[in-house]
Amino acid sequence: MGRVNFGGVVKRVCLDYVPEVEVGDYTIVHVGFALSKIDEETAEKTLADFREMGVLEEELGSEEAAFARAAVAPQSPCPDGSCAEKPSKTVVN
Amino acid sequence: MKYLTEFRNGELAQRMAREIHAVATQPWKIMEVCGGQTHSIIKNGIDQMLPAGIEMIHGPGCPVCVTPLQLIDKALAIAAQPGVIFCSFGDMLRVPGTDGDLFQVKGAGGDVRVVYSPLDAVDLAMKNPDKQVVFFGVGFETTAPANAMSVHVARRRGLKNFSLLVSHVLVPPAIEAIMGSPGNKVQAFLLAGHVCSVMGYWEYPPLAEKYKVPLVVTGFEPLDLLDGIRRAVVQLEAGRHEVENAYERIVTYDGNQAAQKLLAEVFDVTDRAWRGIGVIPKSGWRLSEAYREFDAEERFHITGIHTQESPLCRSGDVLRGVIKPAECAAFGKECTPRHPLGATMVSSEGACAAYYNYGRFISAEELAGAGAGLSGVLNG
Repeated sequence: MGRVNFGGVVKRVCLDYVPEVEVGDYTIVHVGFALSKIDEETAEKTLADFREMGVLEEELGSEEAAFARAAVAPQSPCPDGSCAEKPSKTVVN
Repeated sequence: MKYLTEFRNGELAQRMAREIHAVATQPWKIMEVCGGQTHSIIKNGIDQMLPAGIEMIHGPGCPVCVTPLQLIDKALAIAAQPGVIFCSFGDMLRVPGTDGDLFQVKGAGGDVRVVYSPLDAVDLAMKNPDKQVVFFGVGFETTAPANAMSVHVARRRGLKNFSLLVSHVLVPPAIEAIMGSPGNKVQAFLLAGHVCSVMGYWEYPPLAEKYKVPLVVTGFEPLDLLDGIRRAVVQLEAGRHEVENAYERIVTYDGNQAAQKLLAEVFDVTDRAWRGIGVIPKSGWRLSEAYREFDAEERFHITGIHTQESPLCRSGDVLRGVIKPAECAAFGKECTPRHPLGATMVSSEGACAAYYNYGRFISAEELAGAGAGLSGVLNG
């Protein structure tokens, strides 16, 4: 059994199915069992691929379409979602 | 939370939706099998971000919903027995049996307990040697490793007072049943990401080939779902039918070997009745010979059960994707989460519960009709 941090709440979780997991790793937990380690490199690459999507279309898009998009754009401080989270032993349930 | 929040980014979601709009040239019907994905789609309004012709059909991926009524009634009978501590996951408590639910059994004096993990039930068995502790083991392949470990631990500890009421169902046979049913309109599937984190996706290429359907392993966050849908649409437009992994940070082709090893030891494949669908061959797991002594159905031998479904309930049609929840005449009227007629309105993975809790009170047709009316007014 190990201890896993769910965004602040720490629970006892069975780690028998993920022998490769070490302290500091992120993992998927279901009903008290860790099932898979989150591959952080792959996660970052997936996010990078998402950020690439639609970029070209935005650059080449018509003025009208660009204006319409800007008009409904949410006021986020970090439009491409790259704001760094404070690292912690968070997990996905 | 790291690796969750990033996958909920609204701006990226808008961009991905635009990609789907750009790629789709004709209508397509895509089924997400997993109830957890249904909830995320409805909660985040993913279906409303898609082009008008792309329809998400909600599949039977709600293990609580597909547990046969007869098994629910057996659970109620076992839970009502003196000397029994009956444990289950929370949402099972309100699932209606023929006559009442576990919550009512508790109210009448039965020892019914909500647990987070099956290991909690094993703990209870160790701490209460004079009671019979039963765990209601409901789930797809995602939950099976937990249940397998619980009986494995029980056997290792020589526990005589722990048993498992098993209701395990499998995804690949469900896909076969959907594709094989007359009148099926599904053209592609989003595969359940966490099921695949356990089982991998090596089981799916033969299905993609046999039914000529794209199968995309998909996660649960908005960006994951949009990416899975996008990939399915890209394949459909190109006439391809392959298995793709859109949840690579968690799912590998082989899956979790340690889990699969114990699953093979603890469970055997068996035919299973799916509530609202019927018997699907080789679609479930039961305890293997070596672990059969822990089977609650055999230990308690309940007889004399007369099951009766509500005549108004259309859960079966919802589970097979034939109707959307809001199209059921009882939705929001005779049937609400507080007074559910069927499991789909009360399970955390049920489509009816998703529609009700996220305010989807009118059907897609009505919504489209209302939109057309509005734009008519605006354009003069």
